[in-house]
Amino acid sequence: MTDVRLLVQRFDPFKDEEPRLVEYKVPKREGMTVLDAILYARDYVDHSIALRFSCRQASCGSCGMKINGRPRLACYTQVDELAGEKVVAQPMENFAIIRDLVTDLGSFFEKHAEVVPQLVRSDLQEQEHPTSEYVMKPEELTRVLQFTYCIKCGLCTSSCPTVATDSEFPGPQALAQAYRYTADVRDEGGDGRIAILDTPHGIWRCHFAGSCSYVCPKGVDPALGIQLLKRHVMSGHAPRKAGEGSPTAKAGIPAHGPGSGSSSGG
Amino acid sequence: MVGKLVEALRHDVVIVGSGIAGLRAAIEASRVSDGKLDVAVVTKLQAMRSHSVSAEGGTAAVLYPELGDSLDSHAFDTVKGSDYLADQDAVERFVREMPGEIYQLEHWGLPWSRREDGRIAQRWFGGYSYPRATFAEDKVGFFEMQTLYDTATRYGGIHFYQEWFVTSILTEGGEFRGVTAIDMKTGSFVQILGKAGIIATGGSGRLYSFATYAYSSTPDGMATALRAGIPLKDMEFIQFHPSGLIPSGILITEAVRGEGGVLVNKDGERFMKRYAPAKLDLASRDVVSRAMMTEIEEGRGFKDQATGLDYLHLDLSPIGDEKIKSRLSQIREIAIKFRGIDPAEKPLPVRPVCHYVMGGIDVDIDGATRIRGLWAAGEAACVSINGANRLGANSTAECLVWGKFTGAEAARYAAGKGAASTVGEQVQLEEKRIFDGIFHGKGGTNPYEIRDSLQRLMAKDVFVYRTADGLSEALRTIRELKTKDFLHCEDRSRVYNTNLNDVLEVESMLIVAEVVIAGALARTESRGAHARRDFPKRDDKNWLKHTLAFWGPDGLRLDYSKVTITKYQPTERHY
Repeated sequence: MTDVRLLVQRFDPFKDEEPRLVEYKVPKREGMTVLDAILYARDYVDHSIALRFSCRQASCGSCGMKINGRPRLACYTQVDELAGEKVVAQPMENFAIIRDLVTDLGSFFEKHAEVVPQLVRSDLQEQEHPTSEYVMKPEELTRVLQFTYCIKCGLCTSSCPTVATDSEFPGPQALAQAYRYTADVRDEGGDGRIAILDTPHGIWRCHFAGSCSYVCPKGVDPALGIQLLKRHVMSGHAPRKAGEGSPTAKAGIPAHGPGSGSSSGG
Repeated sequence: MVGKLVEALRHDVVIVGSGIAGLRAAIEASRVSDGKLDVAVVTKLQAMRSHSVSAEGGTAAVLYPELGDSLDSHAFDTVKGSDYLADQDAVERFVREMPGEIYQLEHWGLPWSRREDGRIAQRWFGGYSYPRATFAEDKVGFFEMQTLYDTATRYGGIHFYQEWFVTSILTEGGEFRGVTAIDMKTGSFVQILGKAGIIATGGSGRLYSFATYAYSSTPDGMATALRAGIPLKDMEFIQFHPSGLIPSGILITEAVRGEGGVLVNKDGERFMKRYAPAKLDLASRDVVSRAMMTEIEEGRGFKDQATGLDYLHLDLSPIGDEKIKSRLSQIREIAIKFRGIDPAEKPLPVRPVCHYVMGGIDVDIDGATRIRGLWAAGEAACVSINGANRLGANSTAECLVWGKFTGAEAARYAAGKGAASTVGEQVQLEEKRIFDGIFHGKGGTNPYEIRDSLQRLMAKDVFVYRTADGLSEALRTIRELKTKDFLHCEDRSRVYNTNLNDVLEVESMLIVAEVVIAGALARTESRGAHARRDFPKRDDKNWLKHTLAFWGPDGLRLDYSKVTITKYQPTERHY
């Protein structure tokens, strides 16, 4: 069995002046992910390696980091797929380092919240006390679907050259989510979102480097979302206004309770 | 001597955990109080990372009575699935509430998959009489979390404490006062005081290493409840889902079988026809997992060379390429990425995998614990609607319903209370336990190896089939592991010290594992997911009752409580 040469960037703000790379030897096994390798080092070699992780199946978005120079999820990167003889794990760029591989995503989540990432409706009574669903055709769903796959891991934002130079730029994650809700046929909040984003630091700061779409582990294309938001503004193709979101279906919540009708199955 | 003061933060409602139940509770508490209450969500993760994101296949609700489905049928299927250990009044309340929750999430933006007419689509799931699993492709939990998290950001009154590890529940005179927690970013130890609290910390599936669970699914919340004097209920009932993907147990959703996938043994035989002639591959999970282990034990399985694990094949070819790509896209992605197999071309290697714990913190039908002002919801709690075996698509549903109920109950309770008060000595003792006892603790045993030993014994003796010998041996080993000197922390930093959290988690795992094993050893019958080789029959005369496990200075004590039966009399289950 061969060993993996794993290099982890270590940094404790109270102890270290500069980050440094520390090498760990990890016995390799078939199908090993970079997360597996780091956890082996953490569990059996050095308990003090700090990292975030949870689901280990690319759904929770915790373990974004820079692996061999490229932003990736550690759980979704096989050791075998990396070129070269070493695995080098470093924290994501464009975020402050808290410790080791752990970065501060506080402002990233705030920027997401600022683009109004909810369905905005004028029928508030119905929205908060539903009688049925809003109708949405499968093809209308398909149009927004890829943008709904965002797991908020931060990889896109860490790769974005504009984020690196403009701290007021919302970043590809937040902008893609602004598009996701605006393009949803049920939504009526596009005008409000575009008012926030049609600014010099907003959508127009994106110069379409496209790195966000290249690094997304879930197949989201934030660069496309941003271009589509620009088109909304330029074409005067206004998003839906209050009252124009898709209507509710006719049928409703079953009124009968258990006790009506006989039990089935058996 | 007076120790240094521990900082106290004050909120009206303190929710521990940020999965589907915790977020749904937070929104409801804020909503019923018109945003007037100050709600804290304390989570050891970032708020959108909870294990709920991994739920894949569906959320059950009766949406189309005009097509023959009924609330009564959903209730009956759930009770039958539970092997009659569910409390039927709770089940009836649950199924009534569910259609509204599906529409509520839809109105908050959830991209449920749709029928051609634009209405919400539903699919088949194991143990059901109608296709009532509501789905959003095969990423149901992920989309529920996204919708709840995004919606929660709209509510100004919800304050998130992200990456704060809760260590204990504070009480005074049987009443909730708050929690103590470690702020991982700074290492400070803080008390978060509240008038009302909700524990929504999820399940304990990481007692097993081959698990569909996130690494974070350790029983911290359950262990803190036990220490606060609240019993855990029915912990011996652990669900082993039929299809965990070799090598690590990532979930291959039941929806694969709902859409037409079949289990096959090494002779190419669809063996489920011998075990569940009517429902075949869609019998309830306990039935399918037992059939699979029997096939494996009788030599009709395959063996994975790298891990040594036995497995069977899950063949997706009957589903067809197009449906695999459109309705099971994540499963395809997972199989390709983690096993190098495209399920459109080749069968997947799967085996029973720890997936859910039916038991949890003992609560009543409203989710209230025995401590006044404290509720519990979701997988952390046991109401019980799941009894001895949960049906697929009912867990995300339960998180929604009891998230809503407990959020509303806690908000009403908090609105009628004066300012939260501190409790003094308990906080000092807890600080000593953690910092003197563990952070500055000494010992030669690697806590991660204690965790490994625990997981090995659970996989060996507390799996699908159990015996008195195996369980006794497991109990002995657990008690031995508890005496080892693993309560120490090698990481000396106060900043983001995951080593300290891990030791606390391992300690909780040992406590809760002991509860599981003791309950399983005592229950001399087979019911739902608890299958005893030495007691293969259900025994309603002696065992139609809930197990309650109390934790005290003298260790563990078991007691029992009665099951509520309204209209579905226990009969033998057939699928």
